[in-house]
Amino acid sequence: MKLHEYQSKRLLAAHGVPIPQGEVAETAEAARAIAERLGGRVAVKAQVLIGGRGKAGGIALCQTPAQVAQEAQRLLSNRLKGLTVRQVLVERAADITAELYLGLTLSRRAQRMVLMASSEGGVDIEETARADPEAIHSILLDPIIGLRSYQATRLAAALRLPRTLWQRSASLALALYQSAQASDATLAEINPLAVTAEGDLLAVDAKMIVDDSALFRHPELCSFTDSDETLVERQAREAGISYVKLDGHIACMVNGAGLAMATMDVIKLHGGEPADFLDIGGGAREERVVTALRIILTDPDIAAVLINIFGGITRCDEVARGIVKAIAQVKPQVPIIIRLVGTNEAEGRRILEEAHLSTASTLSAGARLAVAAAKGAR
Amino acid sequence: MSILVDRSTRVLVQGITGREGSFHTRQMLAYGTRIVAGVTPGKGGQVVEGVPVYDDVLTAVRQTAANTSVLYVAAPQAVDAILEAADGGISLIICITEGIPVWDMIRVVRYLQGKPLRLLGPNCPGVTTPGVAKVGIIPGHIHLPGPVGVVSRSGTLTYEIVWALTQAGLGQSTCLGIGGDLINGTSFVDVLRLFEEDPQTRAFVLIGEIGGSAEEEAADYIAAHVSKPVAAFIAGRTAPAGRRMGHAGAIIAGGTGKAEDKIAKLRVAGVLVADYPEQVAELLSGRL
Repeated sequence: MKLHEYQSKRLLAAHGVPIPQGEVAETAEAARAIAERLGGRVAVKAQVLIGGRGKAGGIALCQTPAQVAQEAQRLLSNRLKGLTVRQVLVERAADITAELYLGLTLSRRAQRMVLMASSEGGVDIEETARADPEAIHSILLDPIIGLRSYQATRLAAALRLPRTLWQRSASLALALYQSAQASDATLAEINPLAVTAEGDLLAVDAKMIVDDSALFRHPELCSFTDSDETLVERQAREAGISYVKLDGHIACMVNGAGLAMATMDVIKLHGGEPADFLDIGGGAREERVVTALRIILTDPDIAAVLINIFGGITRCDEVARGIVKAIAQVKPQVPIIIRLVGTNEAEGRRILEEAHLSTASTLSAGARLAVAAAKGAR
Repeated sequence: MSILVDRSTRVLVQGITGREGSFHTRQMLAYGTRIVAGVTPGKGGQVVEGVPVYDDVLTAVRQTAANTSVLYVAAPQAVDAILEAADGGISLIICITEGIPVWDMIRVVRYLQGKPLRLLGPNCPGVTTPGVAKVGIIPGHIHLPGPVGVVSRSGTLTYEIVWALTQAGLGQSTCLGIGGDLINGTSFVDVLRLFEEDPQTRAFVLIGEIGGSAEEEAADYIAAHVSKPVAAFIAGRTAPAGRRMGHAGAIIAGGTGKAEDKIAKLRVAGVLVADYPEQVAELLSGRL
């Protein structure tokens, strides 16, 4: 789960990372009131889960509360890179003399968290990695010891920070590590980390991604649920279904993520465009199948449905019962092509045959039929 | 011969009294797998499908000489179950469970480092040596014994490709999944090394997907160390960047993990990359 800037900053601040004074607002009036309380120059920042907000016009520096109200109004009434802006963060603007990067992320290759720092802050770390890999200093962290003070200090030295800032920089890195660990974050990034005119360090922008698999032990993060999530995406998530809406016309329902991706790829190979990625998950029972089919059948853009099930932990008879039930409830107007093999296959096929539903024998045959049916329907 | 699972495999099922645990115990027994024990804390003394249940792994291993464990345990308890198996003297731990937190897996992998055992998974379908034993959830009837080794990051996509191999008359030495999570106990490279050394395996199939760099690392290894023909299928050519495609590990992030890059790198290493799953069988047909 990606967290908004203000949410990430709250978690970081709770562990002692210095952040600019500020609050979130949902209306222009509330934004003005915050600016009045803060006084002086403030930044108004759209809270959307996408990078490059500055370039897209999502951040405004303002001199007066009236200007803050005006900019907040503009941000809240327009979409930013296609996303609705529901909240703006109003913060005291810092007087910045240098911008650094500090981030903690997972190295899949090393199977450890890695702390990365660069004196080239304010740009994407991937950009720095391409343009000037030497500018990135990183430490792989052994989970037995976590991040230690000596490592964080060494990083401050590598960044050529003045000695007077070493201790503050090291404490900040430790606080970053602790907040990431406490929230089960797989990414916690401060970019830029500003050196201010007063000689302090300040987390001017922050981003965190929390491990979805760890949400069960973080009730305190429940209120942070993704506000960009659509109603259908929420229904899917709550039912234990992985669903990603795409732009095509052939809806898919598959068991298993790899097979679901492969099904999309084969549809494309036969000249069609997938309308979604949908994995009903391992061991899905009848009710989850009904929910999944209802989700894809309510998409008005679809011209055909391809169901591809290769039963292992999922049983074909459970899926078949779910398909029959969902069709009876939704009464779909588009052709449905079903491919069903694996555990309890014979019983599954019998249930479908009784409901007068026919099956394709292979994925390629199913995809060909679905593409042809979609062309016929449109 | 085969890898990981053979006639000496003595299986312990952790979570045997649960819905999935008991169902798959039945399926594994029907395939001929030697299941010697089950473990569910607090349910010692029960019998499931004729298999004695113990309260803990250590006792089960002492009583039954189990050497391989398969976990059908819910995610919040799975870390404990893996560590218990490791400390109980199990040498191959197969974790079917999906949804173990990343920070926990980092510690688990670190704890297992240097120990004389192997963790397969988590979030994997298990291992099957056709005609000998299946440990996990891979359906038994899709296999045919033979010379092709199959390794995958996926579950059901593996079944799809194994089924295509079987229908083309290409039997398998061993088929296994390494798991779809961000952190796996066993890597593609680990398995490729075992297949390269296994005399029964004369060719192998690598089934990858978007996200991470496991396929690229496999390509490097194949180019340098593999003498046998390798075919591959990489899922997710049509997957959008930045979105998690079901598996925790299946995400194109920061421009890395794209299917095209993996396919290009595998092709350079001499791997036959299929455009659709069933094509893997066609590509290997002339090479054995």
